[in-house]
Amino acid sequence: MTSMSDLFSIFVMQGFNGLSAFCVLLLMALGLAIIFGQMGVINMAHGEFLTIGAYTTYLLSEVSQRWAPWMNKSYFLLSIVLSFFVAGAVGFAIEYLMIRRLYKRPLDTLLATWGLSLCMQQMFRSVFGPKEVSATLPDWLMGSVQPKAGIDIPINGLVVMALTVVLTSVVFLGLYRSRVGVWVRATMQNRVMANACGIDTRKVDRLTFSLGCGLAGVAGAAFTTIGSTGPTSGSMYIVDTFLVVVFGGAQSLIGTIAAAFGIAQTQATAEFFLTGSTAKVITLCSVILILMIRPQGLFATRVRR
Amino acid sequence: MRNIRRGAFASAVAWGLAVTTLTMSMVFVQSTAVAAEPTSAVNTTGLAVTDTEVTVGQLHSATGTMAISETGSIQAERLAIDQINAAGGVLGRKIKIIQEDGASDWPTFAEKAKKLLVSDKVATVFGCWTSASRKAVLPVFEKENGLLYYPTFYEGLEQSKNVIYTGQEATQQILAGLDWLVKEKKAKTFFLIGSDYIWPRTSNKIARKHIENVLKGTVVGEEYYPLGHTQFGSLINKIKLKKPDAIYAIVVGGSNVSFYKQLKAAGVTSDKQTLLTISVTEDELLGIGGENVAGFYAAMKYFQSLDNENNKKFVKAFKAKYGEKAVIGDVTQAGYLGPWLWKAAVEKAKSFDVDKVVAASPGIELKTAPEGYVKVHANHHLWSKLRIGQVQTSGQFKVLYQSELIEPNPFPKGYQ
Repeated sequence: MTSMSDLFSIFVMQGFNGLSAFCVLLLMALGLAIIFGQMGVINMAHGEFLTIGAYTTYLLSEVSQRWAPWMNKSYFLLSIVLSFFVAGAVGFAIEYLMIRRLYKRPLDTLLATWGLSLCMQQMFRSVFGPKEVSATLPDWLMGSVQPKAGIDIPINGLVVMALTVVLTSVVFLGLYRSRVGVWVRATMQNRVMANACGIDTRKVDRLTFSLGCGLAGVAGAAFTTIGSTGPTSGSMYIVDTFLVVVFGGAQSLIGTIAAAFGIAQTQATAEFFLTGSTAKVITLCSVILILMIRPQGLFATRVRR
Repeated sequence: MRNIRRGAFASAVAWGLAVTTLTMSMVFVQSTAVAAEPTSAVNTTGLAVTDTEVTVGQLHSATGTMAISETGSIQAERLAIDQINAAGGVLGRKIKIIQEDGASDWPTFAEKAKKLLVSDKVATVFGCWTSASRKAVLPVFEKENGLLYYPTFYEGLEQSKNVIYTGQEATQQILAGLDWLVKEKKAKTFFLIGSDYIWPRTSNKIARKHIENVLKGTVVGEEYYPLGHTQFGSLINKIKLKKPDAIYAIVVGGSNVSFYKQLKAAGVTSDKQTLLTISVTEDELLGIGGENVAGFYAAMKYFQSLDNENNKKFVKAFKAKYGEKAVIGDVTQAGYLGPWLWKAAVEKAKSFDVDKVVAASPGIELKTAPEGYVKVHANHHLWSKLRIGQVQTSGQFKVLYQSELIEPNPFPKGYQ
């Protein structure tokens, strides 16, 4: 029979699980919160930028396995940084070639980036093969810590959590406490006026889009510890990502955080007491219900139009 | 079997088109050998058969989400056809392949099936992977009286004159595996897990009936998660709470990787927990990483590591064609059987006519099958053995057990 201490252990682990799900959601939504939330670009290819991060991690893992065994234990940290720059660079190129022509037609970005995501998926398939691959993760990353017998706290969950806290803080400070942040917000709220004030809005666009893509890359790298790496892996996250950003209220970072927390907790709790599919239904129903009452999302910034 | 998320427009992708066009334009070297029988005698229904050549179709997803799984089948079928051609072909005719891309989209499968049967008049088709794609093409094959060799293990509950099923139906894959768990692992309590669609649900239904009615065990949990689900923390906690003797897992696709990685991270490893799966082959292990699932068990009819002469030859030929790093999963081997079974049936019927080939099929034996020996049953499924393999860190399986030949029973009484 299940004893009280067992129940306590499960309670602790379930609590951690809820937090960990929250961090995963927030991490994947962070990039999109900038691209969609701030810039208004409906980036359907967001998942593919996650995939870029995942493949970067895989490549680095192969490199370290073959040529640099001394890196086996630490390459993962490097891959997180590298993923940011690789995905950011690809984002930069795509902004220059495609997105910048579409700022005045935000709805068209939906179709354009959807096409982009299909192209990218097929490109991954052609380059890396259609089968899934697996980065060899260092042992320290795949274990668990046991603060008490019976309680296992997954280390990869802790890593994702730490990463989320750091990145969210950086983005938050960057957007609301720095000069560049002011430019970004000014550009998004009123492009013409920002231009008139001497802000190079072209540059700000490029920077913001690359930053969002870079963040997606980092999320992708982090998710190799909890998910798959394949041509279509990123597309598994895209629905949840949009859900979080829309639910939180576009243009509001606080909203994104709150939405990720709300959705993750509802989902994790419902999953525990009910079943997986029912939990998903309940979560989606609650989101729809709340969006009916508050169509602008949980938190909406007041902007004079 | 598996589902897709965004294959709908995949065929429009330039890359995909380029690949398909390339493969379609591949024409096999014409043979100069004179046919043993006049074409008018072996082909009375107007199929694409000449004195030197017979055209067959191949219909899998080379693009889209399912390419991940179907690539192995495409490769294995091509290997078998190459080998048959090298050995003189079928009734003195070389096999020419027309490959079509189902693009992970079920209506596309139906459309391409129609094209192959109506415009190309192919003698047979090797193809499909998911049950959804098979169900989509089934009416086409029945209406046009085509012949399909279907390679995937699936949920059963189907039998068609126009389909030969070279993978296992559910009871063949499930029952013996559960028996083994009870006998060898003394399992009494089971936790059933699956992705939420027809194959895992039907399979778990059969498993539950067998556990409760035959093995007198208890099912302490049965859970389904949406396809593409990536967070299994709550489920893992539930498993820890229920402490089942064995987990029975049918999670597929990208979810599969998430599930096993998170199990490992939560400390549920093979030294503490018995887990048997029917959805992890060598192909899936590439994505999950053998080190993340080492010690768990899988029930399949074929493992790449099977130790017999047929298999050694097969693995060697496969690697020679597709590279040293290529792996061969259960379905890949079942795909390889298709062309050989068709060849045997055509030769027995002495005709390419679909009706005659179908009539000749039951009782066809294949002693050269990599899995050992198979025989076609009157119900169009194969007699086959079930094996239990244990995952090794290398990404291969160590075969621990094999059953006797199991009779296929797609409509099991008492299990529905």
